[in-house]
Amino acid sequence: MLRKTFETEIQHLKDEILILGSMVEQATIDSVEALRTRNEEASKKIIEADKAINARRFAIENQVMVVIATQQPMAHDLRLLASILEVAGELERMGDYAKGISTINLRMTEALKPISNLPPMAKKSVSMLHRALTAFVNEDLDAARKIPLEDDEVDAMYDQVYRLLMSYILENAHNIEHANWILWAAHNLERLADRVTNICERTIFVATGDYKENPSSFHKLGETAPGK
Amino acid sequence: MNDKEYIFQTKDLSIYYGNFKAVTNINLNIERNKITAIIGPSGCGKSTLLRAFNRMNELSTGTRIEGGIQFAGQDLYAPDVDPVEVRYRIGMVFQKPNPFPKSIYENIAWGARIHGYNGNMDELVENSLKKAALWDEVKDKLRQSGLALSGGQQQRLCIARALAVQPEVILMDEPASALDPIATLKIEELMQELKKDYTIVIVTHNMQQAARASDYTAMMMLSEDGKRSGTVIEFADTTKIFTRPSDKRTEGYVTGRYG
Repeated sequence: MLRKTFETEIQHLKDEILILGSMVEQATIDSVEALRTRNEEASKKIIEADKAINARRFAIENQVMVVIATQQPMAHDLRLLASILEVAGELERMGDYAKGISTINLRMTEALKPISNLPPMAKKSVSMLHRALTAFVNEDLDAARKIPLEDDEVDAMYDQVYRLLMSYILENAHNIEHANWILWAAHNLERLADRVTNICERTIFVATGDYKENPSSFHKLGETAPGK
Repeated sequence: MNDKEYIFQTKDLSIYYGNFKAVTNINLNIERNKITAIIGPSGCGKSTLLRAFNRMNELSTGTRIEGGIQFAGQDLYAPDVDPVEVRYRIGMVFQKPNPFPKSIYENIAWGARIHGYNGNMDELVENSLKKAALWDEVKDKLRQSGLALSGGQQQRLCIARALAVQPEVILMDEPASALDPIATLKIEELMQELKKDYTIVIVTHNMQQAARASDYTAMMMLSEDGKRSGTVIEFADTTKIFTRPSDKRTEGYVTGRYG
């Protein structure tokens, strides 16, 4: 086969993306679990582990540049390498969300009931991420088109947390600070799912060369999830 | 499309060597003052097509075309068109630099003189060498042999020689394949300068060169019907060919997996 070395390097980069993705998935689940159980030690570990996520992202970036410089990729190969850079950046930012949730746990002084709503939201977002990365490395167009539709479910979960927190604030103004922390954690999970749709858009771009923003990633006006 | 001016328009162009149909059914519009690259695997008819643009093919016997080529709106192959005149208006630069075994000055003056140029020859030589980005390197040794120059300088001398007869088009057949990387980049930079005044059509095996230097790219390939005749399978903006080609065979070729 022509370009065996190049194919090996591309495969290695795809593997690296999956490894980085699994680190982010784990950090996200762990950060929410640590928040739920108010485990400060676990949160500190996640904050520390974020350095490894960042380092891995830069290692991928460096490797992509080496491949571009040495292999002169064109067409599909070029789109794939540019997208690997982009996806690695998205994953790194998702890692920051997990770190952010961990920091929230360290800063909060008491627990509020709606924390129990966050784990399912984390589970859903991470499931989307996992499948989106699998679709990315396999260039599975069908999955890449379907996964972003699930973002609406995450947004609905966010809305639910928002409404609950509002009711706690109305009940007792002393809850404002804590409600704000938890809303921030929920917001991080909601943003993670938004970034999953970016990965799916990249997958479509790699496979077809078309830039197509998924319509479902535009949030409907009047709802609570920000950052669209 | 209407705001583009096409200097060449081929219509159902096929080129034969005797009974062998080397190139089949080419329909290409070459835009004026742009650089058009022709790429494709060895033996797919790139050079044959290029040589049809200034009727150079006729120099080998048994060559004929079907269909036609319009040059600046005129039939290039009409009976009353003088092929020698054509080759002045449509110059050519070859793979291996081929300066005459004469002085640098004479290399440029000779073609212009036999073409009937009777203006200021010193000026013409200087301007041609300047346009070919060679003047500064040779202005103090115009009487030395053109063959004493480096390969890259010889190629630019050949470009200067082509420019001296004031063509409209410069055809380039692998103009940098015998040159080192620095000399190659100089030729590519020069092409960007030249396209302000001329139209360039270049055949190249070097895909990075096509990607770097051209505005449009025509991808040629042998037909898959067993007749082994070359044709253009995709013609588009160079950026499209190298980032989002439409044809799977173009994709395979530019990514180095096919051809």
